[in-house]
Amino acid sequence: MYPAQFQYYTPKNIGEASELLRKHSGESKVLAGGMSLIPVLKLRLTRFEHIVDISGIKGLADISEEKGHIRIGALATHGEVEASGLIRKKAFLMSETASHIGDEQVRNMGTIGGGLCHADPSGDWGSALIAMRGTVQVSSSDGSREIRADDFFVDSFTPALGEDEILSSVTIPVYGERSSGTYAKLERRAGDFAVLGAAVQLKVDEQDVCKYVGIGLTSLGMTNIRSESAEKALIGKELTPESIADAAESSRDDMDPLDDAIRGSAEYKKEVGSEYVKRALLEAMNRLRGGTK
Amino acid sequence: MISSQRKKRKEVSVQKIDLEFELNGVPVEADVEPRSLLAFFLRDHLGVKGIHVGCDTTNCGACTVLMDGKSVKSCTVLAARANGTKVTTVEGISSNGNLSALQESFARNHALQCGYCTPGFLMSSLYLLGKNPHPSEEEIRKGLAGNLCMCTGYLNIIKAVKEASSSNFGSEAGNRNNKNSGGS
Repeated sequence: MYPAQFQYYTPKNIGEASELLRKHSGESKVLAGGMSLIPVLKLRLTRFEHIVDISGIKGLADISEEKGHIRIGALATHGEVEASGLIRKKAFLMSETASHIGDEQVRNMGTIGGGLCHADPSGDWGSALIAMRGTVQVSSSDGSREIRADDFFVDSFTPALGEDEILSSVTIPVYGERSSGTYAKLERRAGDFAVLGAAVQLKVDEQDVCKYVGIGLTSLGMTNIRSESAEKALIGKELTPESIADAAESSRDDMDPLDDAIRGSAEYKKEVGSEYVKRALLEAMNRLRGGTK
Repeated sequence: MISSQRKKRKEVSVQKIDLEFELNGVPVEADVEPRSLLAFFLRDHLGVKGIHVGCDTTNCGACTVLMDGKSVKSCTVLAARANGTKVTTVEGISSNGNLSALQESFARNHALQCGYCTPGFLMSSLYLLGKNPHPSEEEIRKGLAGNLCMCTGYLNIIKAVKEASSSNFGSEAGNRNNKNSGGS
């Protein structure tokens, strides 16, 4: 299978890439790792006259720590995020989420920025970013701005990006001592799209009282969504199996999954979804107690 | 009817992209259309038939090659992306007609039935062992999750990788990735 014919550009910086997108407004698309875009082009689910390949832009794949945050360049591959010692140590949820994406070959090509901009409700990165209350930085030839994870996903496959804007990096807060995170994902077989998933990030005080709770959901709404009800149910409470079970139960209120002939009915997904929220929270609790992230 | 309709369509001049890259240690120059995919370009234009295309939808991994030492599914990579890289296919892992230790181990362990998926499994295994010379069974399973064998010969494939890994294979994989020819 081949994509429809297109013109191909390899800009050297974001300004150049943004100019190309503006010039070919409505007919152009950014290509990063291509693990979502190339399949949809090949299947002719979509076509673009102009493909702007940003993979050659220097400095867009760096992973660094700055002022209590970790910054991940948009072109960092899932595999690079998974393998980063810094992320493993200080933002384990991101590392674990990366390890659940696709397969080894896909993780070697696919990028965090590309995955986020694809804005597939069954994408994994969005849930992790929501759980960690991360932000993305987007740039165009006019300048840069920041978008919070909660504001980034407008609708299925629709990120909050202007036509000439390019996601340049992702920043996530470092939660530090007595914090842990985990991603629980259900898939029918290795490498398939998520049936559903739950990303959680916790931080507790010395009495085990939840000081921070972040819960992002995969395939349980029209975009990656936050489970506000479950977060509210747990914040300020002592972290116990009982408080976790209560929070997981209330997470159903936030779920609005699609009925799906392949991956299950909406009812099924809500049932299993709240179970996965519970499992993720329990695992995060166990990691806190075991002293690992 | 169809052909007359086709003639009416807007004439698009097809862009050509100049490529220079290294294929199994040999420099290659070519030009490709933007939409050309690495798997088909290598098979159809360069005659590298060790790349198999199974599903053509990024699932089966039969088209796996190494690009700058990393395993990728070449049916889902634009040929243009190969520019400036080093590409290794299954043709590049044996030397002078001698099978590599990994290939020998596949043969010894009956790790292939029809053999269609084998080049992809070899390339993924090579990548895995280069990164992790002594993987556990779980690590092998995870490392090979992007490759499908429709004969379902997975257990022997895992055995073959395990055996290759216990025979000092790691250093050999590293050497091959670095294009050093010393030792065999």
